[in-house]
Amino acid sequence: MRRYTRTLGRLWSASLFAEMEYRTNFVVAALNGIGTLAGTIFTLSLFYRDGFLIGGWVWTQALFIIGCFTFLDGFQAAFLGPNFQRFSEYIREGTLDFVLLKPIDSQFFVSFRNLSLWGIPNLVLGPLLILYAGFRNDPPVPLVDYLVGALALGLGTVMLYAMGFFLVTFTIWFVKLWNITIALQSIIQAGRYPISSYPPAYRFVLTYLVPVLFLTTVPAEAFSGRSETVWILGAAGLATGLLLACRLFYLFALRSYTSASS
Amino acid sequence: MRATLRKANTYLSVQYAAMLEYRMEIFLWAISTLLPLIMMGPWIVAGESGRFPMDAAGFARYFIAAFIVRQFTLTWVIYEFEFQVVSGRLSPYLLHPVDPVWRFVAAHLGEHLARLPFVIALIAAALALFPQALYDSGGGLWLPPMERIILTIFGIYGAFTLRFVIQYSLALLAFWFERVSAFDRLVMIPYYFISGLIAPLEVMPEEVQAVILWTPFPYMVWFPARLLSGGGGLDPWRGFAVVGLWIVGLTLLNRLLWRRGLKHYSAMGA
Repeated sequence: MRRYTRTLGRLWSASLFAEMEYRTNFVVAALNGIGTLAGTIFTLSLFYRDGFLIGGWVWTQALFIIGCFTFLDGFQAAFLGPNFQRFSEYIREGTLDFVLLKPIDSQFFVSFRNLSLWGIPNLVLGPLLILYAGFRNDPPVPLVDYLVGALALGLGTVMLYAMGFFLVTFTIWFVKLWNITIALQSIIQAGRYPISSYPPAYRFVLTYLVPVLFLTTVPAEAFSGRSETVWILGAAGLATGLLLACRLFYLFALRSYTSASS
Repeated sequence: MRATLRKANTYLSVQYAAMLEYRMEIFLWAISTLLPLIMMGPWIVAGESGRFPMDAAGFARYFIAAFIVRQFTLTWVIYEFEFQVVSGRLSPYLLHPVDPVWRFVAAHLGEHLARLPFVIALIAAALALFPQALYDSGGGLWLPPMERIILTIFGIYGAFTLRFVIQYSLALLAFWFERVSAFDRLVMIPYYFISGLIAPLEVMPEEVQAVILWTPFPYMVWFPARLLSGGGGLDPWRGFAVVGLWIVGLTLLNRLLWRRGLKHYSAMGA
């Protein structure tokens, strides 16, 4: 376990040092995070003119969902994006061989090797917005709801990772497929609004085909103290199932990996 | 004139053939631009409440039109150009008798063409999801009149030209800076939120609209999408005039950057 945390520390500081070469990028990344959040809140406010409630949610409750989305978006940009892109390079160039030889779990290594600074602003801004919405909420959110919400958001993060990794595993067979994660990323955009704000056909897709419901709606409900235990248990079950599925699928796919030379 | 046409034809067919190799990738890229169709969902529900300047069918038409516009205005020249400058691959192209920009333009147009089958399939899916978009308030079939379709085509290519000139001008900064694609990310933020991609201008506060209409952003999505979906107090000629002014101004800037940049490039000895 300690070996894993130490390896992570080294890998991430190496990633950040590499990005230090382009120092203006730090400023651009911060502006990017702040600008995107401002734009998202502006767009949300357009729904609230003239007394309309999006999906029946009041303003602070909707801010929770934006906070959850921003956090997941940051996680996606910091970890999933750069590592999954790298993964398709390993397959194309056959360098996955070297990863497999390392004395560390290969799925762990390929999933978390890189840390991109583009995601970091959102990883910070998301929780800050959740805290702000918690103070503004009427009544202010008690500590226990923060804990349940954080748990639900953590489960959402696990699900997002598992779904992404499941899809990227397909590149072992169809080398040039990492774009599939971009497609997933685009559907996740639907998580900016509560599931109840969509027409029925959308709700079906966002619940059963791509469980966006569990990524942002369920955690946001937990933060605003409206969640039921059954939803959290469901999220825990689904997260475990998806994680297990992506692990088994990866191990199965590795059997078909033939490296570049053979 | 004939020689130019022949060159254009060759460039386009070569780039179209090259793009057909990547059909699967282009399909996934098309999926990745679903944003307007996703935003259509909450706005249809909002439109049903009757508290907004458009009804549900109006929102549906608008977002389907915005999706179409987006498909034919996607631009990625900055990534290609940045790579070519940093890796030095631009050099052989400079020896060609044709300005390298035309190669990029042809590649974009070829990609849009290769994308067409997927776009038609996705539009059909969107209409299946919300067939009310095809009926007018009287229950008859709603179709944009012919002259609006023609205006839309001009609007879309105006939007593409505008977007391309902006991105290509930023790309030219690659002669001086590395990683210029970061600049485009910054430009993309207002593009996402005020171009009309995720909300039509009509639902924004009037003061905000008035400011936004002076920027080039709404002419990249909202203006052509409105031409197609109709409605709104839109003055097409004023819109085209603004698009034209932006294109002329930015093209002048672009050519200036190109001349200065080329000198800088050869001075580097790359």
